[in-house]
Amino acid sequence: MKPPRHVPPRLATRLLHLFCAPHRVDELEDDLDELFRQRIRQVGVREARWRYVKDVLSLMRPSLMKRHLTNEYPEPTHATMIRNYLKIARRNLIKNKTYSFINIGGLAVGMTVAMLIGLWVYDELSVNRSFENYDRIAQVMQNQTNNGIVSTQEHNPPPLGDALRTMYGTDFKYVVMSSGTFETILSVGDKKFTKPGNYIEPDITDMLSLKMLKGTRSGLKDPSSILLSESVAKAFFGDNDPIGKIVKLNDNTNLNVAGVYEDFPANSQFSDVTFLAPWNLIYQATRNKDDWDNNQFRTYVQLADNADMDKVSAQIKDIKFRNGRKDSQQYHSEMFLHPMSKWYLASDFENGVSVGGRIQYVWLFSIIGVFVLLLACINFMNLSTARSEKRAREVGIRKAVGSVRSQLISQFFSESFLVVILAFALAIGLTTLSLTWFNEIAGKHLTMLWTSPYFWAASLGFILLTGFLAGSYPALYLSSFQPIKVLKGIGFQAGRFAALPRKVLVVVQFTVSVTLIIGTIIVYRQIQYAQNRPMGYNRAGLIILQTPTPDVHDHFDAIRDELKKSGAIAEMAESHSPLTNVFLVLPDFDWKGKNPSLQASLGAVKVSYDYGKTVGWQFKQGRDFSRTFTTDSVGMILNESAAKIMGFKHPVGEVIKAGEFLSNESFNVIGVIKDMVMESPYEPVRPSVFIINRRKGNFAILKLAPTLSAADALSKTEAVFKKYNPAAPFDYKFVDQEHAVKFAAEERVGKLALLFTSLAILISCLGLFGLASFMAEQRTKEIGVRKVLGASVFSLWRLLSKDFVFLVVIAFGIATPLAYYLLGNWLQKYSYHTDLSWWIFAASGAGALVITLLTVSYQSIKATLMNPVKSLRSE
Amino acid sequence: MKGTYLGEFEEVVLLAVAIRSGDAYGATVVTEIEQQMNRSVNLGAVHSALNRLGEKGLVTSELGGMTAERGGRSKRLYSVTAAGRRALQEIRQVRNQMWESIPTTVWT
Repeated sequence: MKPPRHVPPRLATRLLHLFCAPHRVDELEDDLDELFRQRIRQVGVREARWRYVKDVLSLMRPSLMKRHLTNEYPEPTHATMIRNYLKIARRNLIKNKTYSFINIGGLAVGMTVAMLIGLWVYDELSVNRSFENYDRIAQVMQNQTNNGIVSTQEHNPPPLGDALRTMYGTDFKYVVMSSGTFETILSVGDKKFTKPGNYIEPDITDMLSLKMLKGTRSGLKDPSSILLSESVAKAFFGDNDPIGKIVKLNDNTNLNVAGVYEDFPANSQFSDVTFLAPWNLIYQATRNKDDWDNNQFRTYVQLADNADMDKVSAQIKDIKFRNGRKDSQQYHSEMFLHPMSKWYLASDFENGVSVGGRIQYVWLFSIIGVFVLLLACINFMNLSTARSEKRAREVGIRKAVGSVRSQLISQFFSESFLVVILAFALAIGLTTLSLTWFNEIAGKHLTMLWTSPYFWAASLGFILLTGFLAGSYPALYLSSFQPIKVLKGIGFQAGRFAALPRKVLVVVQFTVSVTLIIGTIIVYRQIQYAQNRPMGYNRAGLIILQTPTPDVHDHFDAIRDELKKSGAIAEMAESHSPLTNVFLVLPDFDWKGKNPSLQASLGAVKVSYDYGKTVGWQFKQGRDFSRTFTTDSVGMILNESAAKIMGFKHPVGEVIKAGEFLSNESFNVIGVIKDMVMESPYEPVRPSVFIINRRKGNFAILKLAPTLSAADALSKTEAVFKKYNPAAPFDYKFVDQEHAVKFAAEERVGKLALLFTSLAILISCLGLFGLASFMAEQRTKEIGVRKVLGASVFSLWRLLSKDFVFLVVIAFGIATPLAYYLLGNWLQKYSYHTDLSWWIFAASGAGALVITLLTVSYQSIKATLMNPVKSLRSE
Repeated sequence: MKGTYLGEFEEVVLLAVAIRSGDAYGATVVTEIEQQMNRSVNLGAVHSALNRLGEKGLVTSELGGMTAERGGRSKRLYSVTAAGRRALQEIRQVRNQMWESIPTTVWT
């Protein structure tokens, strides 16, 4: 019989467990136990129990209670396991070089695209944000209703600034009237430059928190002073101190340099403002200073600290309606505040309501970025799952030796993270390399934000997102294999539906690609369509010069004679508007039989007699201005749109009565020309009239002689202009180049779309290439048997390519209506737009099909040409 | 020189570890000291002394073999290091020296 088993005091044991360091508790308990049993034999149970308690109490000392911080044992769990995962992952990458290349390369390209787009979007969103008072600044805009159509403009009447200050002074911290930015000739001694700048009220310096390098912000308060940007000051004065020096504006105003400010940041809408001149200069020279109908200036405000943007906006609504002339009330002018945060991204208005603007491109490119990245992730998923058979045994063995599913999932995740991190490193390199080139296309000054913590946080998030996106499906799929089946080797069957998800993903890829192809083609078609639009005049060899000084007008005949004699030009004219814009739009024309309810604003272009010959406009009816008819000084030429809106069948000879701005004069229509595209090439031509200018024009337009080379003609012209107009630099512009600027935004979108589309297609094809090579490899034996039985190369090629073609056809079927819908919406933005012809869709589909076949055929033909002896012998 | 100073109890524990070398752990050290010195010793005092000796580098410990007695759990076995041995020898030498320095007349 066994001696009764005595138990040491439980309370003491519990105490031990409560206080002792966990890594020692077992050892101590064992010691206590052993001594307890020994002592029962030697001194009896009672004494043993007593000693036990004493021992436990004696163990309650700090040196034994201290927790172990550094572990003596190596921890074999995580680090080792992950090291093993990474080792296996690395071996797999090295073993399958093609797949690794496709995976990492494709992901890197996708990430590069996403990164470039991310930087671009970041830059777009940060425009104007560098201004301290970003949230409080707004521009006053006005809506006017004309024939039931609400049009929005930023031009305001001269008295608006003072009216805002007196009536709503408490709502605004600053109210600033501005001329808007335009080019002006600045000269210091013999140095002359044409620079864009602003005539503006002095509070602007505080509003935009100008960083003064020299002088003070208050310098602009002196009406005879000017503030220069750093770059302009440098151009004129080099390293000398510019303060107090005299700068001449347009050869008639001398201003003291009162300060130099740091150039406005490139991603702000004031970036082209290179000087600030006193607003009073332009205000004093303005006729109709008090005319509320003279919409000429811009108004910027900063709200008072406690004022609410929307409330103030609603308050000032009727300011013009109430103060302006009674007969102008028909236009229902409504003023409102357009906050700075919307200036750049939401500058489009439709019927007086903000309808976005560039923000749409920001969205568009963000979506494209996400999709391109998604395409690369799909490649990763497809290739991983397609090759799952090769990994199946590994999964089986791992499971058999005790891996649980969560461990396998983390294994495959660590694999995908390895690939993603490699791809990310590559993508960082690619992005850095391609950034200058990308900047050129996008017209930006992007830099890698190496020092920004946001950049790194975003990168980390980006790696995690991509890793999860790409790794989740393979991880879940591969880890779900049943060990018995896969190890037996017979159980693993790629059934009919096993490949279904893969096929769906390929369809998604090609849907995106085909949509992008169609989109790119249509963007380009639209640009081309607008570029090929009949201009109504001849752009070839036309140059245009701004003539702010009176010299050209005063010596016009002499200059024209001399230039014509020297053979440099064919013809020369003056004009109030450039050829690429209409400066004067007047609402108050009247004519016989005018519909009283018609509110027609007509463009009015004041020109000299030889304008028509210079630009080469084309007559539908009537004749050009001629010096031989003295009555032509009140002659008028209509464009087709004007003739149409006036409702004349035979306009020649009709009398048009102008409004106050043109001194209520009456004009005789002498001719009708074909519409000339002077404004947006996407909009219908504005109904316009052309009349003889009796004063100085703003521009000189010259038709260079076609017989001379442009360089020759220009140098001769320059000499003559220098002689008669010494105050102004000879800054000419080619009209066709000025016209091309109007396509810049769309061309940029087109180029970017083309770039991203090509990359998207590249990535999709890489994936397809990988899949095809896998399929071919998998079916090596089948192909061998078929060849032995007499299958031709062509029939085998068809067999292998058929599946992929089928997928692309489905993708095309999905992409077509999608693209039709999206691009139909986009084209609606343009009044003058191309059609969504069926052939664009057909061509895109065919293109995608050809690309697919080329990609797949390389693999399938390689497989079919293989010697069956080899493929059947290998085991 | 705190590092090398060996307290009286530490010396006893170190000696016990040396006596029980190969089988020296908390409980055996306690038993050994109790038997040799005929006085009761607290387990906590022994463990804390072993700790201190370990920190001074005079004993090392390693996980020993499992015994059925201890429910299949391995135990921490202590052994005297070379430095520990030197420390013991030094003490002994100092004692011997001191014994020999006692004038013989004292005892008579």
